[in-house]
Amino acid sequence: MAAQKRTTLKAFLNATPVAVGLYFIVIFGLIWLAFSGAQAMGYNWQWYRMPQYFYRLTDDGFQWGEIVVGLLKTIQLSGTAFIFATLLGLLVALLRLSGLVVGTAVAVVFLEFVRNMPILVLLYLFYYVLGPIFKFDRYTASIMCLAVFHAALISEIFRAGINAVPKGQWEGATSIGMTKAQAYRYIVLPQSIKFMLPPMTGEVVHLVKSSAIVSVIAVAELTTIGRNLISDTYMSFEIWFTIAVVYLVLTLILSMGVTRIEKKFAVKT
Amino acid sequence: MISVSNVDKYYGTFQALTNVTLNVKQGERVVICGPSGSGKSTLIRCFNGLEFHNAGTIRIDGIDVEEDSKDLRRLRQEVGMVFQQFNLFPHLTILENLTIGPMKVQKISRADAEARARKYLERVHIPEQADKYPAQLSGGQQQRVAIARSLCMETRIMLFDEPTSALDPEMINEVLDVMVELADTGITMVCVTHEMGFARKVADTMVFMEAGQIVEVSPPEKFFTNPESERCKMFLNQILEH
Repeated sequence: MAAQKRTTLKAFLNATPVAVGLYFIVIFGLIWLAFSGAQAMGYNWQWYRMPQYFYRLTDDGFQWGEIVVGLLKTIQLSGTAFIFATLLGLLVALLRLSGLVVGTAVAVVFLEFVRNMPILVLLYLFYYVLGPIFKFDRYTASIMCLAVFHAALISEIFRAGINAVPKGQWEGATSIGMTKAQAYRYIVLPQSIKFMLPPMTGEVVHLVKSSAIVSVIAVAELTTIGRNLISDTYMSFEIWFTIAVVYLVLTLILSMGVTRIEKKFAVKT
Repeated sequence: MISVSNVDKYYGTFQALTNVTLNVKQGERVVICGPSGSGKSTLIRCFNGLEFHNAGTIRIDGIDVEEDSKDLRRLRQEVGMVFQQFNLFPHLTILENLTIGPMKVQKISRADAEARARKYLERVHIPEQADKYPAQLSGGQQQRVAIARSLCMETRIMLFDEPTSALDPEMINEVLDVMVELADTGITMVCVTHEMGFARKVADTMVFMEAGQIVEVSPPEKFFTNPESERCKMFLNQILEH
């Protein structure tokens, strides 16, 4: 009887109208809390001033606003960093799995060094220490910091993905005369992609979010733009809400994109 | 063709093979049997360098099997292997499973590789499955594809590591039939199996192993009627009772 009662309650909560209703109550509750709090502070909402930071129609014609420019910079920064992070991560993972004592040692030291350091310290290291030595600018320093930091995490994803491919696949590849490199390229890596995609999605989202850190060395990406706009306009609530939503939309689009790719790589039966 | 002399093999401190000596002539069909854990699989896995022995020599077609040998790849192209768990590549179609070796390892053209693949699929009686994926096939069909994959490398020696042990009973015969046909082509075969009916039909030589040692080597007529060792008699009684 008790079990039946529980099922009924679950069924009730899962019924579409109830679920949607609860969802909106929670969401609007949160929004109302934020706004009433702002109201109590006597905050002066100026949402009408926001669209100009997305786009402007002036006498010179159409122009993208600062937020869109910042978003593009964030995408460019994250994208470039992700490419380097993936290449470096694959290299570290292969070193770790190489069976060479030196390779494993180098990989483990890199991994522990990067993983156990705050990303902010790593950024300062690249910008204030390595930057002047090797003469690279703040944008390069940002990319290198993000790439190195995420390479460590991505290498673990690669390693787990490669290890998830059954040992028999190596033996099958070896038995038809493939070299280790061929076995990786044609047999093991293609199969490990489906194990890597879910954690990789999380990693891309993580990278986009952690790219905000470079605002501390004033690279003109989304978060920096937000800070600059606020110092010009003092509309901190509107701008931070907007920036948050822009990040959210970007990462949601990425997640949905990867879900589609995952379906493509599912095992064919 | 295959000459094994005084081979020892250790896993850590566990001795898996002890002083194994065995000779296989070209075209000879050898069946290795024995209780599980007796080192049968280990022995044939040492033949194509999936495992490496610690002492003694294994020489196949003039090539010494050694861990750092540059000839290992050449060796593996001479020696095909069929596994208990098939080890087909699940992300490739049947045809691609068969062509990837010849194309990437032997560097022959796609057209040639496909022609060869279709020829051997015909030989294992499943030409119609070429465009499916391994998971869409039955166990017996998958194992026949695995045999065809090895044949596609045009090897002169085929190793079988308990090829029917992972199969449902009704599929065992379709695989054994293919193996019997293969035996008639004159290829050198070394087969680890518990299928004594098959062994009686094709084997030139029976090998009985126990605890990492070769206990008996004899022709099948003698092996099945009057084996020399007591242990071998007991083993045969146990598996032939059913």
